[in-house]
Amino acid sequence: MELLNDLIFNYTLRNIALGSALLGIISGVLGCFAVLRRQALLGDAMAHAALPGIVLAFMLTGLRESLVLLVGAALAGWLAALLLLLIIRQTRIKEDSALGIVLSVFFGFGMLLLAAVQRQPDAAQAGLSKFLFGQAASLVAGDVLVMAVLGAVALLFVGLFWKEFKLLSFDPDFAAAVGFPTRVLDVGLTALTVLAIVIGLQTVGVVLMSAMLIAPAVAARQWTNRLSTMVLLSAIFGAGAGVAGALISATGRGIATGPTIVLCISAVVLVSLLLAPGRGLLWTWQQQRRNARRMRAELGGGSR
Amino acid sequence: MSPQLEVQLIAAVVAAGCAIPGVFLVLRRMAMMSDAISHTVLLGIVLGFFLTGSLDSPLLMLGAVLTGVLTVSLVELLQRTGLVKEDSAIGLVFPALFSIAVILISRFAGNVHLDTHIVLAGELAFAPFERFELFGIDWGARALVTGAAILLLNLVLVLVFYKELKLATFDAALAATLGFAPALLHYGLMTVVSLTAVGAFDAVGSVLVIALMIVPPATAYLLTDRLPRMLGFSMLIGIASAQTGYWLAQALDGSIAGAMATMTGVFFGLALLFAPQRGLIAAALRHGRQRWEFAQQMLTLHLLNHEGTPDATEENRAVTLAQHLRWQADFAAQVVRRAEAAGLVRHDSGLLTLTDSGRQHAQQAFVRG
Repeated sequence: MELLNDLIFNYTLRNIALGSALLGIISGVLGCFAVLRRQALLGDAMAHAALPGIVLAFMLTGLRESLVLLVGAALAGWLAALLLLLIIRQTRIKEDSALGIVLSVFFGFGMLLLAAVQRQPDAAQAGLSKFLFGQAASLVAGDVLVMAVLGAVALLFVGLFWKEFKLLSFDPDFAAAVGFPTRVLDVGLTALTVLAIVIGLQTVGVVLMSAMLIAPAVAARQWTNRLSTMVLLSAIFGAGAGVAGALISATGRGIATGPTIVLCISAVVLVSLLLAPGRGLLWTWQQQRRNARRMRAELGGGSR
Repeated sequence: MSPQLEVQLIAAVVAAGCAIPGVFLVLRRMAMMSDAISHTVLLGIVLGFFLTGSLDSPLLMLGAVLTGVLTVSLVELLQRTGLVKEDSAIGLVFPALFSIAVILISRFAGNVHLDTHIVLAGELAFAPFERFELFGIDWGARALVTGAAILLLNLVLVLVFYKELKLATFDAALAATLGFAPALLHYGLMTVVSLTAVGAFDAVGSVLVIALMIVPPATAYLLTDRLPRMLGFSMLIGIASAQTGYWLAQALDGSIAGAMATMTGVFFGLALLFAPQRGLIAAALRHGRQRWEFAQQMLTLHLLNHEGTPDATEENRAVTLAQHLRWQADFAAQVVRRAEAAGLVRHDSGLLTLTDSGRQHAQQAFVRG
């Protein structure tokens, strides 16, 4: 009851809860498409790649406003995705290596810049390293507003191009054959994923952001075969785990928010993999036992 | 040995050691497994630290290698349930294990020298202060001794199992048929990757191990088609990145590991652009050349096809070419000009006739087709 009271009236807690709920919803929705298109690890590469963007944006402008830093992050993430496509399309290097290259080189460059910036005596750089593992407690109302606007834009586009994105996820060849501009849609969906990543950076951090794209979607996938239900469930799972993790980390001592949220959503995944009706492991295990028993009974009956 | 020199040596040894298993990861399309392993060995290190209370016990290394192998098995287990695709399985397992490790560190080990920054990028500059002493003799920095040992081990393993690794990498089915136990080889490789990642952890932290394992082999992959050369090039590129990275870090006063990763990227970028056959520039030049060669071939074939037939005067005219071969008018004019210069075609008042070498050219295209 006290927690509920705090959630509504306590400024910090309200921002944390709102921010992490927003993050969960957006990454839950866009993660569904990423997972269905088997691009789960693309999110990992783009999130890591955002780090140099954040630090460069700070170095160039000297500002620490979240909007400035997030624009830098988005540009770097987008550039990473373009480079990735270039490497895969133009050389014989396969997707897995290309992901590893983009992820580690961008991230390494980010760490180089971050360390260089942090050695400067000027105190303004303090707080840049919160983007590594996330720090929900540092969210202020302005950050939440930026997240809400970006998130609304992302969701609006998903709504507008729902049919196209659905087709692209399940049968891209057919989509191309009936004349949808699949290249444009592909780039658009990737851009929206970058947006989702950027929204989560301050709360979850670049290192673990990919889990927020993958885990809610995988959990939701177990409960349904309909895309609309999956997206809805994924958003709910993401928001729930986001809020729970952020609140645990904000009330605990010195626990980074990213890992806490990731553990919460991992628990949801585990439960879904085990229990989901029809697909879950316990469910199929029981089904197999029942089948075996019926088989034995029928075979036994035949021999008599 | 001065500390600066020792740092550079450590960087070079670690880079060369990482490149060897990296070559096989890149060729076997399992690069992202190194991402997962390099994150999760941290959990093994942390748990080992809690059990033994020290950061340099051999048990720590054993625990970390075990977590690396455990990660691979977990990913494969998840995949085998059929509920999750491979890329998602990797993306589910390592964030969860890595999160546990990070929380344990920030919660219980905040004041030991395991801090979350070092976890990500290591702290090479401090490495020379930790010495390795045995029988009362100082053998060098601990990271240097471990790095050299791992490099040596990897070299020996590659030499001993070269044939098996090569076959299983390029033709897994044949390797299985011949009884080379691909599963054993796979888990052997994964154990080596884990061991190398743990060894490199001290020097470059857990995330940047990926840069040393994947980027130099991928760069070498653009430069050569032969496995021994790819192994050699990868190690050289790794060492070069380590050295130039060290100087870059000195110049910018930044993180050495970050600079090393950046330099692997620079070398990769250079190879991507300038590699003799597989580089973007070479490919663009080849593409341009082939375009004209093909167009000239089309032209001579077209002329040969209609040569000596009644409609030759109509078909084999420069002006009608554009329409009949569906070329843009100025493209057609340029093809004719090039073919003329190459001595394949004669151009008399709008009529095109094949020269002897042009006729040969066309017939060759027939034979080849």
